[in-house]
Amino acid sequence: MTDEMVRAENVHKSFGSLEVLKGIDLVVRPGEVCCVLGPSGSGKSTFLRCINHLEKINAGRIFVDGDLIGYRERGGKLHELKEKEVAAQRRAIGMVFQRFNLFPHMTVLQNVMEAPCRVKRENKNEVRDRAAALLDRVGLADKIDGYPSQLSGGQQQRVAIARALAMRPKLMLFDEPTSALDPELVGEVLDVMKDLARDGMTMVVVTHEIGFAREVGDSLIFMDGGVVVEQGPPREVIGNPQQERTQAFLSKVL
Amino acid sequence: MTTETETGRARPEAIKAVPVRHPGRWVAIAVLTVLVAMFLHLVLTNDRFNWRFIFVSMGEGKRGAMFTGPVLEGLRGTLLLTVLAMLIGVGLGIVVAIMRLSTNPILSSVAFVYTWVFRALPRLVLAILFGNLGILWERIGFGLPFDQQIGNLFGIHDLNAQFYSIKATDLLSGFLAGVLALGLSEAAYMAEIVRAGIQSVDEGQSEAASALGLSRGQVLRRIVLPQAMRVIVPPTGNETIAMVKDTSLVAFVPVTFELFFQLQAISSRTFVVLPVLIAACLWYLIICSVLMVVQFFVERYFSRGYGTAGKARMRLSGLAAEQGGAAPTPGPGGAGI
Repeated sequence: MTDEMVRAENVHKSFGSLEVLKGIDLVVRPGEVCCVLGPSGSGKSTFLRCINHLEKINAGRIFVDGDLIGYRERGGKLHELKEKEVAAQRRAIGMVFQRFNLFPHMTVLQNVMEAPCRVKRENKNEVRDRAAALLDRVGLADKIDGYPSQLSGGQQQRVAIARALAMRPKLMLFDEPTSALDPELVGEVLDVMKDLARDGMTMVVVTHEIGFAREVGDSLIFMDGGVVVEQGPPREVIGNPQQERTQAFLSKVL
Repeated sequence: MTTETETGRARPEAIKAVPVRHPGRWVAIAVLTVLVAMFLHLVLTNDRFNWRFIFVSMGEGKRGAMFTGPVLEGLRGTLLLTVLAMLIGVGLGIVVAIMRLSTNPILSSVAFVYTWVFRALPRLVLAILFGNLGILWERIGFGLPFDQQIGNLFGIHDLNAQFYSIKATDLLSGFLAGVLALGLSEAAYMAEIVRAGIQSVDEGQSEAASALGLSRGQVLRRIVLPQAMRVIVPPTGNETIAMVKDTSLVAFVPVTFELFFQLQAISSRTFVVLPVLIAACLWYLIICSVLMVVQFFVERYFSRGYGTAGKARMRLSGLAAEQGGAAPTPGPGGAGI
């Protein structure tokens, strides 16, 4: 293990002529929780999706635990990784989506078991035990045989977290995990995430939950217009923002 | 449930309103009843229907037209043609749909041309065309493509690099030509149905699956297709039922191993026309009824986890309540969404 779990160097990304990321640099150390704040359209979700290569970057480099994501550098040239190799890199990176994206045709337990069984071809009984333990940990031991449509949004998002954890990732990416939830369901998901952070999971969290960022985050970056406007320890950035843009944003959401 | 709230107010009596009357419906029922009675009267009293000929005996000690040996044999042929043509149609249709959605422009345009051609040609024309393909080639075989041309290039005359070949007229006359004509035509329609199904699945599903490390094939097989099936199954049921009836077209290939051909043979032998047509209608009705039952169960299987069956039940009981029937009771699968 290197001492940098995520390293982004001058990352650029455009969709057609629209440049969404204009040079992002970021280092997340193992065990750290890095929160990404910013107005919608600032490119924070896109950046997160670049980390596990759901989006191809146009320039720059992203390393996860020392591995260059999506490419291999040989003789000064970048070669695209094969689909299989990209999949192998993604196994170590868990992702939680804003819209949960549980598989509706599978039960809760099957959702959690699918990837370890199909991708890692692990022993089914072991996976079942581990999946049940994970679901117990996120407080859903009694919903194991239910279908996602029978769960509340908060419960679905907790299943999604358990599903990602079942692959034993070294890094977890959260893309606005509470934005699609009713206010009273936000807490249960944040509690699970806090619990994860306490256990030393490295996390990159795109969120609008300022409270969570201040309480749990080890570092915070504030993005706007495809660049990092300000970064530092959450208490400092939130409590005493230096940049005008950060001040304006925080005054609206706080 | 308590009858008193915290404020101490008594719960008012449940509403027992007089339902809205629908006199128009009663008129419609009366009209339909008379029409049905007229129809039954016509069917049962007119001797020219000749029910005995259809069900019991065609005379000379033979069984009824529906159940004679050749007709049952033809029925078997129709079922076999339907199954084989649908197998080709669904299998090839899935392949063509996936090709059509591919980012590779060559694959997707080949798929486009395939659906374009086979949807444009009438099945009857295809059936006759396939029956006559033997005119184009004498023999059909597996082997090195362009073997004779390659041989000429190296100065060898009549190089034969065929591992296996067969006379085209043996292969393509009759049953196989019929199966191919129907199956290839069906694949074009199925490709569009499957494509619609795949596109109906939320993109977040394949994103979540690939973020977990599933390969593209696994995402398609395990996540996307099972969900697409919900959209694919009902129109596929339609296609299957249409296929049962379209098998009668292969009589023009010509194929004799088929229900309608066999029944028509009876009518041209005995000069009994209408009862034979009725017998054909009855057989098609029976096959399609069985298929509808099958479709019901397949649909129920693929909508697990969606609670749509429960919702449909609720809608139905809601309709019943509207008409003064029982009050709606939510089905077990109705909770959730």
